[in-house]
Amino acid sequence: MLTRFFFALREAGIPVSLTEHLTLLEALEARVASGSVDDFYWLARAAMVKDEKHFDRFDRAFAAHFNGIENALAGLGREIPADWLRKLIEREFTDEEKARIEAMGGLEQLLKTLEERLNEQRGRHEGGNKWIGTGGTSPFGHGGFNPEGIRIGGQGGQRRAVKVWERRDYRNLDDTVQLGTRNIKVALRKLRRFAREGAAEEFDLDDTISSTARNAGLLDLKFVPERHNAVKVLLFLDVGGSMEPHVRVCEELFSAARSEFKHLRYYYFHNFVYESVWQDGRRRHAERTPTLEILRTYPPDYRVIFVGDASMSPYEIMQPGGSIEHWNDEAGAVWMSRITQRFQRHVWLNPEPEDRWEYTASIGIARQLVAERMFPLTIDGLDRAIRALKA
Amino acid sequence: MNRRFEGTERYVATDDLMMAVNAAVTLARPLLVKGEPGTGKTQLAEEVAAALGKPLHRWHIKSTTKAQHGLYEYDAVSRLRDSQLGEEKVHDIRNYIVKGRLWQAFESDEQSVLLIDEIDKADIEFPNDLLLELDRMEFYVHETREFIKARQRPIVVITSNNEKELPDAFLRRCFFHFIRFPDPDTMMRIVAVHYPELKRELLSEALNAFYRLRDVPGLKKKPSTSELLDWLKLLLAEDVPPEALRTDDPRKSLPPLYGALLKNEQDVHLFEQLIFLQRRQQSRS
Repeated sequence: MLTRFFFALREAGIPVSLTEHLTLLEALEARVASGSVDDFYWLARAAMVKDEKHFDRFDRAFAAHFNGIENALAGLGREIPADWLRKLIEREFTDEEKARIEAMGGLEQLLKTLEERLNEQRGRHEGGNKWIGTGGTSPFGHGGFNPEGIRIGGQGGQRRAVKVWERRDYRNLDDTVQLGTRNIKVALRKLRRFAREGAAEEFDLDDTISSTARNAGLLDLKFVPERHNAVKVLLFLDVGGSMEPHVRVCEELFSAARSEFKHLRYYYFHNFVYESVWQDGRRRHAERTPTLEILRTYPPDYRVIFVGDASMSPYEIMQPGGSIEHWNDEAGAVWMSRITQRFQRHVWLNPEPEDRWEYTASIGIARQLVAERMFPLTIDGLDRAIRALKA
Repeated sequence: MNRRFEGTERYVATDDLMMAVNAAVTLARPLLVKGEPGTGKTQLAEEVAAALGKPLHRWHIKSTTKAQHGLYEYDAVSRLRDSQLGEEKVHDIRNYIVKGRLWQAFESDEQSVLLIDEIDKADIEFPNDLLLELDRMEFYVHETREFIKARQRPIVVITSNNEKELPDAFLRRCFFHFIRFPDPDTMMRIVAVHYPELKRELLSEALNAFYRLRDVPGLKKKPSTSELLDWLKLLLAEDVPPEALRTDDPRKSLPPLYGALLKNEQDVHLFEQLIFLQRRQQSRS
C-alpha cells in the first residue's frame, strides 16, 4: 500500500527517492507515529517532502491517495443513519427546500448525487476546500446542509470538518508564486557563482603558509585562479501601458539585479525595442540612447535580459511604423534580431502567467525572436532563465 | 528509548513539529527546520536539548564557514612559529589540531544535540561537504591518520532561511519541518508561555492589532512572533491600556510603539497612507 503511495507522490511531481521511502518505513517500524491518520500524515510529510513549496502537492496527493481509506473509516452516505439525516433535514430545511429534495428523487437519490459530486469535485480539486457550494443552483449549498458534515460527521465520529491536508495551507508556497526581492536575489545569485571562474593567477597567502608549514618550513608558493566577477548584464525593461500591473515585481527584480551584479546596464523601452531606448524616465524624450550605440558599446559577453509582457498588437513588432509612440523606419523584429545576434546569451522574462501566453499572438512572436527563451517572472521561471543564460 | 519531545514551559510545539522532532530523534537523522525569520527555529534546538536533558553544541554558520571548520582545523601557522622557536611540542602534530563542533559533539560521552544554524549562509557546496559526516557520523583526520566515529549519534538540528537551495542528496538524509507562522490560537498559547500575567483583554486587542498589521498587503517585512513578543514587553513596560490598541479610533494612526513591529520606514509609510485613506473614506460616508 505504501509503495503505491510512494509512486503516487512521484506522479504528483514530488522528488521522493527510495531513501526517503525507507526512512518512512523505518520510522513507522520504530513506532514514531501512533495509530492516528494525522500522525501518519505529519510523519510522512517530514520524511518525504523536503521543501515547503511541495507541501501543497503533497497535501493533494495524500488526499487523493488516502481518499478510499478515509471513506472506509468514515463512510460516505452508507454508514450515516438515515433517520438522523432525516431529522437533520427536518430541522434545518425550509418546506420549500424539502420539496426540492423530493423533486430530485428523495433522500437516497440526493445522497447518491452528493457522493458522485463529491468524488467528482475531489478529483479535480479546484480552488480551496469548499468542494460544494456553487451558489443557489446546487442542492448542497443550502444553509445547514453541510456535505462535509455528512461525510465525516456522523454521530460520535470524527468531528473535525476539514482535515489538515485538505486545508491546503501551503498553497501559496508552490513555486509558481510571484516573488519578492529576497527570492529574486537568491535566484540571481546562481548567476554569480559561475562568474567566479577565470584563468588569471594570484598569490594565495593561506595556502602558501600551510603548505610551507607542511613542507617543514621550506617556502612553497601557491597560486589560485583570480576571482573575478565577470558576469555582465544588460537589462531592458518595458515600462508604461500594459506593464502597470507588474510594476512592483519589476521594481523588485531591478533592485535585486542592481545589488547582485556589479556590471549592470539597464535601459527602458515601451512595448518593444526600436532604434532607441532610454535610461531616465523623466527625460525619455530628450535623452535617448540609439540601439546601435548599445550594440557597438557592449562586448558580446554581456548577458541580455528583456523584461516585458510582450502583449501588444503584432504590427508593433512586425511592421515598420508599427510603434504606437513614434514612426520607426525599421520593424521592432529587426532591431530585436540585431540585439540577439550580437548578444548570444539572452532571455526574456515575462510577468504574465505562462499558461496565458498562447492566447496573445505578440507573445508568440517575441518568443520566436528570442529563440523560445522566454520565461515567466516566477521563482521557477527565473531559475530556468538563469540556466539558459549560463549555457 | 528516548523521551519524547513535547515542547517546554518556554516553547510551544505544534503537533506536526513534535512529530518531526521525535522522528528525527528516534531514527537519529538530522532535522532540517525552515520558516519565516522570528518563528523560533534556532530556539527549537535549545529547547530540544533542554527538554531531553542533553548538552547542546552550537555551530553558527557564516558566509565564510567551510565544512572542514566543523570537523577540525590544522593550525599550521602556530606550528610554523613553534618550529622556529624550537618548542618541543612541534614534533606532535596532534598539538595543532583544533577540534570543531562536529568533533566535539561526536566525542561527548552522552548523546548531545548539535545545532547547525543558518546552513544556507555558507557556500553552495557546504552541505555537500558534510554529507558523509552527517550520514555515517564519522570522518577521517588526515594529519594524524585517525578515524573519528561518533560514540553516540548526536541529534542534529539544522536551520535554514532559504537563502540558498540545499542539494538533493543532502535533503534526502534529513527529516524536514517548515515552521508555519502560528495561527491566532497557537499565538495565544505562545504569548501565555512568555507573559503569563498578561491581561486577557490587552492580549486579545494586541493580537488583533498584530494580525491586522500582518494582513496589510504589500508590507516588505511582516512582523513575526519574536517581534510580537518584544512589542508586548514594551506594552507591558509602558502600561498601555487595551483601549489604546483599537485602531478603529480615527484619531490614532499607528498602534502605539509600532517601532517594535514595523522595522522598515517604507512599511511605516505605507501603513500611514492606508490609515489615511481609510479615514477619508470614513469621513465621506
